Amino acid sequence: MKRRGLFARTRVRRLPRAWRRPLAVVGVVVALAWVVIALAAPVLAPHDPLAQELPRLAPPGPGHWLGTDQLGRDILSRVMYGARVSIPLTLLLVVLSVLIGGLLGACAGYFGRWVDETIMRLADLVFAFPTVILAMVVAAALGASLGNAVLAVLVVAWPAYARVTRGLVLGVREREYVLSGRLLGFSAWRSLRVDVLPNVTGPILVLATLDIGTALLLLSGLSFLGLGARPPSPEWGAMVAAGVDVFDSWWVATFPGLAILTVVLAFNFLGDTLRDALDPRTARAIKERAL
Amino acid sequence: MRSPLARFLVRRIVTALLLAVGITLVTFVLTNLVPGDPVAANLGQRALGDPAIVAQWRADHGLDRPLPQQYLMHLGGLLHGDLGTSQQSHRPVLDDLAESVPATLELAGAAIVVSLILGVAFGVIAALRRDRLPDHVLRVVSLVGISVPTFWLALVAFYVFFFRLQITPGSGRIDPGMTPPPHFTGLYTVDSLLSGRWDAFASAVGHLAAPALVLALYTIGLLTRFTRSAVLEVLGQDYVRAARAKGLPRRVVLFRYVLRPALVPVITVAGLAFGSLLSGTVLVEAVFAWPGVGQYAYKSATTLDLPAVMGVGLVVGVVYLVINLVVDVLYGVVDPRVRVS
Repeated sequence: MKRRGLFARTRVRRLPRAWRRPLAVVGVVVALAWVVIALAAPVLAPHDPLAQELPRLAPPGPGHWLGTDQLGRDILSRVMYGARVSIPLTLLLVVLSVLIGGLLGACAGYFGRWVDETIMRLADLVFAFPTVILAMVVAAALGASLGNAVLAVLVVAWPAYARVTRGLVLGVREREYVLSGRLLGFSAWRSLRVDVLPNVTGPILVLATLDIGTALLLLSGLSFLGLGARPPSPEWGAMVAAGVDVFDSWWVATFPGLAILTVVLAFNFLGDTLRDALDPRTARAIKERAL
Repeated sequence: MRSPLARFLVRRIVTALLLAVGITLVTFVLTNLVPGDPVAANLGQRALGDPAIVAQWRADHGLDRPLPQQYLMHLGGLLHGDLGTSQQSHRPVLDDLAESVPATLELAGAAIVVSLILGVAFGVIAALRRDRLPDHVLRVVSLVGISVPTFWLALVAFYVFFFRLQITPGSGRIDPGMTPPPHFTGLYTVDSLLSGRWDAFASAVGHLAAPALVLALYTIGLLTRFTRSAVLEVLGQDYVRAARAKGLPRRVVLFRYVLRPALVPVITVAGLAFGSLLSGTVLVEAVFAWPGVGQYAYKSATTLDLPAVMGVGLVVGVVYLVINLVVDVLYGVVDPRVRVS
């Protein structure tokens, strides 16, 4: 009986309080919906996203629920296929930023001295520019393509992680268990991986979730400026840009923009919840440094 | 140099100067990464066929020298106020920027004023009504503010307020038929007031309203969230509870005991917010055809106009640096703890 009771208690354990809040639920549902749309776009989309059919610039109606653009392409299908372009690239971007920024920050914090100076001064240089300006200059310098836009956003995104990770590593570097590991002859790499890393992952995860929205905004912004996705790619930012020329046909720009808004909002709801779920004081400090 | 404040100021100014040199290095290195050949981008097909013309063009623009030498030439030019000549407009980059910087400063300045007033007010209200309806509403509003793509919002605002409702005037800084006010500061609103041209003032404010509000939405969201948490932290302090316990009126506690310490860190965030406003101008100016740095930057980047790109990166970087320096100094003056850290 006793065992059964224990078992039952673990089974009925409810989600942590923070995750039961309405915003968190909305965030999870919307984010999952977009992931499903991205995965199932070939099945869900009513038309080929690249097929050009008449009539052009048809308003939303029974044949084309969200209308067609100036080349007669179905906007609903393009928005759905756009999720396959924007969402994976944004996630890749954030993962790469975390890895690069985290590794550099950990090295800076752990090794100190000239390693620290070099990496952090490099980060300061990136912070000296407003993000879009630097991303735009980098994207322009590399040439207009979606891959280069990702690279440009990466250049401006890594220092936030480097700075936060460095701060966290500095905090744990002098702890007794790290020092005793070093005295036992652990290599720097092992010490970083085994003793330091588990202590810094939580706050970095919060920052990364909050950063997904920012990364998508920046990436689609570059595409909007013509420095990212090339036609006929159904990238959301580029689709909004196409709407600038025909803005009396409001549906061309409105729906891809709403797609960006809902994805960013969902991840910001999630990040906000995650931040509240972890230690609010640390989390707030992280957000401040990351701004 | 005994005073900690003087030491703090000197240290901050030296750091800023080093960063300024760094900015020149970054813009220079980045624009030299360009895989596209600036010669091909600027000379016609026939001129490209003639090696003598190509060599002459490269020599004229210093492109035949080694990179470090090109950088030193660039730096030397900067010290004499020479940012090079735009390969597109064939005018000095400094002149092009002198025309567009005031337009962007006017737009970003208006947006930061609106953001500070609304963001701080919303943040204070949300903190005081924590976990009640106003807090929930403001939380969603501020999250939407930081989540909405600025370029899309600009387009929606342009469509709704200009095209449909015809409340706001169209693109540009002033009505097309109207002569701009005489040049004092380059800010149309200020210049028209100084010259007493009320018609121009009304037109300039009308044109400024929509892009400034679109631009401000993000920073309003940012400042609301930050102010809320800053105020909440102070509200939990013992001295605030003590002030309430000894019977001080709510208003006195709020303004004297809570807002003063809570709003000090907001100064720093406002500086950072100004950076995101400068970023946002690139996206908003493109939609509203606002003749500022953002639009100039975009045009130069897409045409591989190297000196212009360098000029924009440099000027915006330095403006941002100066703002952050002012913010830090202000912070150091207001909060003595910062000076010694």
